[in-house]
Amino acid sequence: MRVLLEVDDLCVNYGRIEAIRNVSFTVDEGEIVTLIGANGAGKTTTMKTVSGLRPVRLGSIRFQGKDITNMPAHDRPVLGIAQSPEGRGCFVGMSVLENLDMGAYARKDRKSPKVKEDLDRVFGLFPRLAERKSQVAGTMSGGEQQMLAIGRALMADPKLLLLDEPSMGLAPKLIQQIFDIVTEINKQGTTVLLVEQNAAQALKRAHRAYILETGEIVREGTGAELAADPAVKAAYLGGDT
Amino acid sequence: MDLLINHFWELTITGLAIGAVYALVALGYTMVYGVLRLINFAHSEVFMWGSFAAVWALMAVGAGKASGLGLAGYLVIGFVAAMTVSALIAMLLERVAYRPLRKRNSPPLIALISAIGASFALSELMGLRDKPLGWFNLENLRDYLGRPRENLPLPLQIQTKAVFPVFNYDVTNIDLIVLLSAIVMMVILDQFIRRSRLGRGIRAVAMDPEAAALMGINRDRVIRLTFLIGGIMAGAAAMMYLLKIGVTRYNAGFILGVKAFTAAVLGGIGNIRGALLGGFVLGVAENYGSALFGSQWKDVVAFLLLVVILLFRPTGLLGESLGKARA
Repeated sequence: MRVLLEVDDLCVNYGRIEAIRNVSFTVDEGEIVTLIGANGAGKTTTMKTVSGLRPVRLGSIRFQGKDITNMPAHDRPVLGIAQSPEGRGCFVGMSVLENLDMGAYARKDRKSPKVKEDLDRVFGLFPRLAERKSQVAGTMSGGEQQMLAIGRALMADPKLLLLDEPSMGLAPKLIQQIFDIVTEINKQGTTVLLVEQNAAQALKRAHRAYILETGEIVREGTGAELAADPAVKAAYLGGDT
Repeated sequence: MDLLINHFWELTITGLAIGAVYALVALGYTMVYGVLRLINFAHSEVFMWGSFAAVWALMAVGAGKASGLGLAGYLVIGFVAAMTVSALIAMLLERVAYRPLRKRNSPPLIALISAIGASFALSELMGLRDKPLGWFNLENLRDYLGRPRENLPLPLQIQTKAVFPVFNYDVTNIDLIVLLSAIVMMVILDQFIRRSRLGRGIRAVAMDPEAAALMGINRDRVIRLTFLIGGIMAGAAAMMYLLKIGVTRYNAGFILGVKAFTAAVLGGIGNIRGALLGGFVLGVAENYGSALFGSQWKDVVAFLLLVVILLFRPTGLLGESLGKARA
């Protein structure tokens, strides 16, 4: 299996405050890798740094062997990195279809029939979006907006899909559904890096996992290993798996 | 009151024509606000420089009395000169007054001060335009420049003709040229923003800059494009203003800029269709107001209208659609 993403000794600051410190992890092709941790542990910062929204202070990020540490965010989608951001970030004034179109904005092959196939793939994964093509995104429920954000990221035809808290603020039944779809997207061949507070679900779905605490990685292992670990259970799973 | 009733249609049509000028300038304010959350106070000078460019270009080609095909040719020259220079000034402004601040993450207030400073600099540069002649020995250009702090007339003279009547008012050829060219510009812009790929990029950046970056949209390029479009629209407005008013001067941008900004706020700042509506409403309201209370009250009526509308609709007539998108 080839390494898709390599993050080495990453340090990121917000002003003088260190948000993450010496964070290193890798994502192999075909994997689901998850970063779990409490609120404020640095999960979203890590994600935003990988997609280029936050500047790196120290360390490096390599994608398919290429150094992208200081590449501007808007140049990364072309390489095959797409993110569904925390809080969804849908273009609320645009329709569902326009939002999905925006996902394909940077594609070199955006005029080819492949885009239509990807649109059908998204509609296959999220039939709800197909029903609501012309609805304005801002008028949809949180769950629907989450689907739209994931669908929009898929429209970039990414090699690596970054999902930041896809379960945030959703009803338990919907959470289950979203994670099922994440697993399905992975089975269809897309590598996934998943950041989650819902550790139980994340560990269940992920091949490998890293635990972030106050800006540092404190544990790593396979999803099953960590889910079975008593310390992890006590700290993150609260007994209800 | 009689004046308003007897001249209702005249006041409406001429109000729409000057309103079209406000609307096109208002577009520049509202679009820049949409992508940068910045009021570009120097936009009035972008307009003023465009008006001078049109006058000078028409002087250079020896425009005078004209009609028919000749007139059409001069109009094209005037519009193209004004739009080109306004677009260049707008891009220069972005490059010099705003981008360096943005790169250093300055707070919004700093950009505002920079905007006001740039406005004074551009205006006074025009007001002192005869000074450099002595330095570079170009005294023979003096006749072209006009007296720097006084009115410079549009050399093009158009015989005013009635084209067709609207009730008891005969719409003139000038009204018609101004209104038609404004509508053409507006429709092109509206469609560009709604349908083209770049237009969707502008909307995306206005709604959510971070998500736009994740889509692969280069924000700096969108900002440059926004200033470019705003400049082109202001240039077109400058030529229309010359056709209606006949003269320009180094501070012609000031009151017009304030009016256009008012129009943008009236319609809902950040909202493109709002800016267009606001411009027309303001132009017409001003005319009605001056008929009711005398023309010296024109500006009072315009700004009272703004206050009253904002009391009842704080986000303007059509709402701050792009701002709402932020929440």
